[in-house]
Amino acid sequence: MPLLDIRNLTVSFDTSIGLFKAVEGIDLSVDAREVLAIVGESGSGKSVEMLAVMGLLPPSATVTADKLEFDGKDLLHMPPHEKRHIIGRDIAMIFQEPVASLNPCFTIGFQIEEVLRFHLGMDRKQRRARAIELLHQVGISDAEQRLHAFPHQMSGGQCQRVMIAMAIACKPKLLIADEPTTALDVTIQKQILDLLVGLQAQHGMALIMITHNIGVVAETADRVIVQYRGHKMEESDVLTLFEAPTSPYTRALLSALPDNATGDRLPTIGDFSAEPAI
Amino acid sequence: MSVPVLETHHIVRDYHVGRTLFAGGQVIHAVKDATLKVEKGKTLAIVGESGSGKSTLARILTLIDPPTSGELLIEGERVDIIKTGVSKQMRRKVQMVFQNPYGSLNPRQKIGDVLAEPLVINTDMPASERQDRAQQMLKKVGLAPEHFNRYPHMFSGGQRQRIAIARALMLNPSLLVLDEPVSALDLSVQAQILNLLADLQDEFQLTYVFISHDLSVVRYIADDVMVMYLGEVVEQGSREAVFADPQHSYTKTLFAATPRADVASIKARLARRAAEIA
Ligand SMILES: Nc1ncnc2c1ncn2[C@@H]1O[C@H](COP(=O)(O)OP(=O)(O)OP(=O)(O)O)[C@@H](O)[C@H]1O
Ligand SMILES: Nc1ncnc2c1ncn2[C@@H]1O[C@H](COP(=O)(O)OP(=O)(O)OP(=O)(O)O)[C@@H](O)[C@H]1O
Ligand SMILES: [Mg+2]
Ligand SMILES: [Mg+2]
Repeated sequence: MPLLDIRNLTVSFDTSIGLFKAVEGIDLSVDAREVLAIVGESGSGKSVEMLAVMGLLPPSATVTADKLEFDGKDLLHMPPHEKRHIIGRDIAMIFQEPVASLNPCFTIGFQIEEVLRFHLGMDRKQRRARAIELLHQVGISDAEQRLHAFPHQMSGGQCQRVMIAMAIACKPKLLIADEPTTALDVTIQKQILDLLVGLQAQHGMALIMITHNIGVVAETADRVIVQYRGHKMEESDVLTLFEAPTSPYTRALLSALPDNATGDRLPTIGDFSAEPAI
Repeated sequence: MSVPVLETHHIVRDYHVGRTLFAGGQVIHAVKDATLKVEKGKTLAIVGESGSGKSTLARILTLIDPPTSGELLIEGERVDIIKTGVSKQMRRKVQMVFQNPYGSLNPRQKIGDVLAEPLVINTDMPASERQDRAQQMLKKVGLAPEHFNRYPHMFSGGQRQRIAIARALMLNPSLLVLDEPVSALDLSVQAQILNLLADLQDEFQLTYVFISHDLSVVRYIADDVMVMYLGEVVEQGSREAVFADPQHSYTKTLFAATPRADVASIKARLARRAAEIA
């Protein structure tokens, strides 16, 4: 049985000009110890479908699915008080926009420790020690000092790593990482990816990695889903995706790597026949 | 030779942080000594470790924050935002695309108004023409007319990033500082944006300072490259020179840590992993 099992997920938004379907009929599953990467066009519904799993979409969103199960439990119809103890502990998410996801009014130490208090009931001393350990793990030196910093006193990449520390604080069974390394240089990116893949090996964590970075996909994923305008275009194991991609969209996407530029201009999807058929 | 659009001498920026208002306190040397020059129509790329002072420097270059010491010249004119202030015209000339687009957009302003607003303030264009211009710009960054009346929270991460770029371009700046502007974009949309920036540079001799962690993007877009590490500028030179023969150990580490997306590397990783599990 997969750890997360999603069948026919659809998310639509009520907008001023009518209903907008951001996600249409997505099937997705991930096992313990597995790394699933989701790649795809900007705006294709990657973040929205994961926020649907977390139950964090705004009221203007309507979520339907034939199945939305985590660890055998139905997430779609779970009462909120029950869900509060799963979300953030068993399922954690690294949000795409780290600076916007941290609370500007509290120190980062407080925010990390609050997660530990709420979900694990640790006392003050334990919390402090664990928070420092977590900051070290994500490569923030002078962790003791930094606990007292507010988000605006940290760089973009430092905020992103605080977000990662908060997400792995409770050793989740499933970690959803939405563009977790966009603000990191490749040396720290490598450290973070090693950390995440290490957790996955040690604790049997499942990892869903949303990323635009094809190198990150190549270096971490077991399986890859390619998305375009709310639809799944392709699902392959990682080697097949690079060796013999089946969908024209995937082929076009991979050829837009700046390293593949011929002459002055970079190829875009528009350069490949018409729009991909959905 | 013409006057460089941007020139700095020995820019330093310290932050004073303390646990409380009265006791303790610590100084963070975010930028230690940055001297740089960018000629009209050229692109300087800044790369560097997370937390090395890139965004801090960017805010100084765009007249948002003052340096602790050092000199800043825009089109040969000395600018000191504390002592002499900045003219409105100078502010318009220099634009910035922030690393964190969410935080730089007003949550209560519709995107159409976000884009048209600079024209209201700086020109006497009729409303209908402003609308047209904003619509055109929206299209250029790959968004659709139906996005015109949406609020910032109704977009995906990559869509917001493009809105931030579009807004900066609406003012026809002569110097544009972009802080990780394509980090949230898939390769195809990224290619579209990079092509757009290149076109504008050709047409209007725009000057860019481009901060990025993505070395393939830097290699594609930069004329000159500057490398920062712990607040220090550790390497500076033409793109060819820096990529062909990096001098500083951090730069070398950076190049070596870049993820590999070729089939042989993926096969090697999968084999390593199979061996670990067995
Ligand atoms: N609150 C909302 N109201 C209306 N539309 C929304 C809302 N939130 C998201 N959308 C739309 O849903 C679509 C999917 O958004 P989502 O954030 O999932 O994209 P994404 O695949 O994560 O893209 P990116 O790679 O740019 O982050 C987008 O077209 C977006 O504009
Ligand atoms: N307002 C502030 N108060 C105190 N310290 C700050 C402040 N802003 C930034 N810093 C510190 O200054 C250093 C440089 O930060 P900066 O944001 O310039 O880094 P960066 O190179 O842009 O990093 P990233 O790639 O992670 O975005 C960091 O150590 C950061 O914590
Ligand atoms: Mg997203
Ligand atoms: Mg930064």
